[in-house]
Amino acid sequence: MTIDYLGNATEEDLPLLKIPYFLNTVRVGWPSPADDYVERPIDLNEYLIKNVAATYFVRVSGDSMINAYIGDGAILVVDRSIEPKHNKIVIASINGSYTCKRLLLKPKICLVAENPKYSPIFIEKEAELEIAGIVIAAINTY
Amino acid sequence: MTYALVDCNSFYASCERIFRPDIKNKPVVVLSNNDGCVVALSKEAKNLGIKMCEPWFKIKDSFSKKGGVAFSSNYELYADISSRVMQTLEYLAPKIEIYSIDEAFLDLKGIDRCVSFQEFGFQCRDTVQQWVGMPVCVGVAPTKTLAKVANYGAKKYPGTCGVVDLSSRERQRRLMSLMPVGEVWGVGKKINQKLYSMGVVTALQLADMDIKLIKNKFSSVLGRTVMELQGYPCIGLDERPSTKKQIIVSRTFGKKINSLQGLHEAVSDYTVRACEKLRKEEQYCQMISVFMRTNYFRQQDKQYSGMLSCKLNSPTNDTRDILNAARSITKKVFKENYNFIKAGVLLSDFYDDGVSQSDFFTPNLDRLGGKDLMATIDKINQTGIGKVTFAAQGLEKSWSMKRSLQSPRYSTNWNELLVVR
Repeated sequence: MTIDYLGNATEEDLPLLKIPYFLNTVRVGWPSPADDYVERPIDLNEYLIKNVAATYFVRVSGDSMINAYIGDGAILVVDRSIEPKHNKIVIASINGSYTCKRLLLKPKICLVAENPKYSPIFIEKEAELEIAGIVIAAINTY
Repeated sequence: MTYALVDCNSFYASCERIFRPDIKNKPVVVLSNNDGCVVALSKEAKNLGIKMCEPWFKIKDSFSKKGGVAFSSNYELYADISSRVMQTLEYLAPKIEIYSIDEAFLDLKGIDRCVSFQEFGFQCRDTVQQWVGMPVCVGVAPTKTLAKVANYGAKKYPGTCGVVDLSSRERQRRLMSLMPVGEVWGVGKKINQKLYSMGVVTALQLADMDIKLIKNKFSSVLGRTVMELQGYPCIGLDERPSTKKQIIVSRTFGKKINSLQGLHEAVSDYTVRACEKLRKEEQYCQMISVFMRTNYFRQQDKQYSGMLSCKLNSPTNDTRDILNAARSITKKVFKENYNFIKAGVLLSDFYDDGVSQSDFFTPNLDRLGGKDLMATIDKINQTGIGKVTFAAQGLEKSWSMKRSLQSPRYSTNWNELLVVR
């Protein structure tokens, strides 16, 4: 008997037919009793953000708040929905730009830095001061 | 029934101001794609006599001299601020319908047992201002069309402090008598002209028209508007945002393209964006169309406009499959020796996840792990640390839009956060 070689059965320009099969095995039996106790992994957003709609992130430049553990380049979590109170760290608008300082309401309204190099900013008229939000956390990366 | 319409004041311009206290009282304009013309303006810019759609190059010099500030549109920022406004309103009211990027209807049924509508309006205005930094006006009335009327009053008359309660018929009639009929919700340019020729000039005159006559001369839709102006609610609250039926991504190029390679890159870029939107809607599409056209305004050029569609074997939202299809359509629509100025991609024929019947012998079934791959790419591209792009999108993008005056994406990109000292 002789064999004539006619060529390969599939030509290269014919598309390959892919037939799907199931990769996942199907489990039969009782579900694991531990399924009820599965917890979600810890989420940093959940810990840091109380009010999503009112929370913004801003980045710090400079060392004026270093003694409040807010370093150069830190990211601040700012919540606009919290009422500004005495001794809170705030984002305030002064002369057309935003700054991060501690707000003191007594004995006199002023914004103080957490660094002796900087002198406090006294607010003469309440209208001049606008608080854009309260700093609720600082994220420093090392 | 009682509805409130909450509408943001000069939305785009106000978004820009949230992060820029230095431009609080300055005239602000926002420009269209490619910085072509004015698409939004603040009250102060309006007072300078600037109009919507005015070409930027015409007013640029005089506007800057008068202390005005211009921005290229920053849609990432606007979308984020819009979702914050809506979240805040959802917190305040039991039911809300998001009507557009800067407007929402609230259902106030039963709220007057706790506070007056007027007081609730002020609560809305103050909370959105405090939480998001966005100024809004609130109009309250027994129908949605009248709530729009109330909002018109709140915007127009500063004495209202941005809140108008039109619960009483007397107040409704007084405000409508001051409102041009063209400002009524649902009255377009054509209807306005026809009404004008009939001697109907104010909203009140329209409200006092005979409904049968309106239905005969115009349409039952306008009849419904008249009923609503008379205080009978006809349009309910549509709480569930309807799933999109199609997605279009199209842009005007920064400069004209005449090569097939250039169009491939642009169309691929829009396709990638359209697929991202498709996955966000959790939909699968089976139809893809590509269109492109030349610049109508350059009469000296040869003109051409073309569009072709292609039906895929099975519904997909895998960027790679859709890119392949877009590429072969682009090749067919493209014509040599034309200067193209705009192109776009349209995805349609949507299916929910798993609805499609897959064919055992269809070669291009769900790619293994394709879903995870797309989800991972979307996630990486949202972080702002870097971008994963498809090679088809090209690297240089010399055709991309001019957005020379764009503000940072303060709230959606880690690298563009507001810096404080």
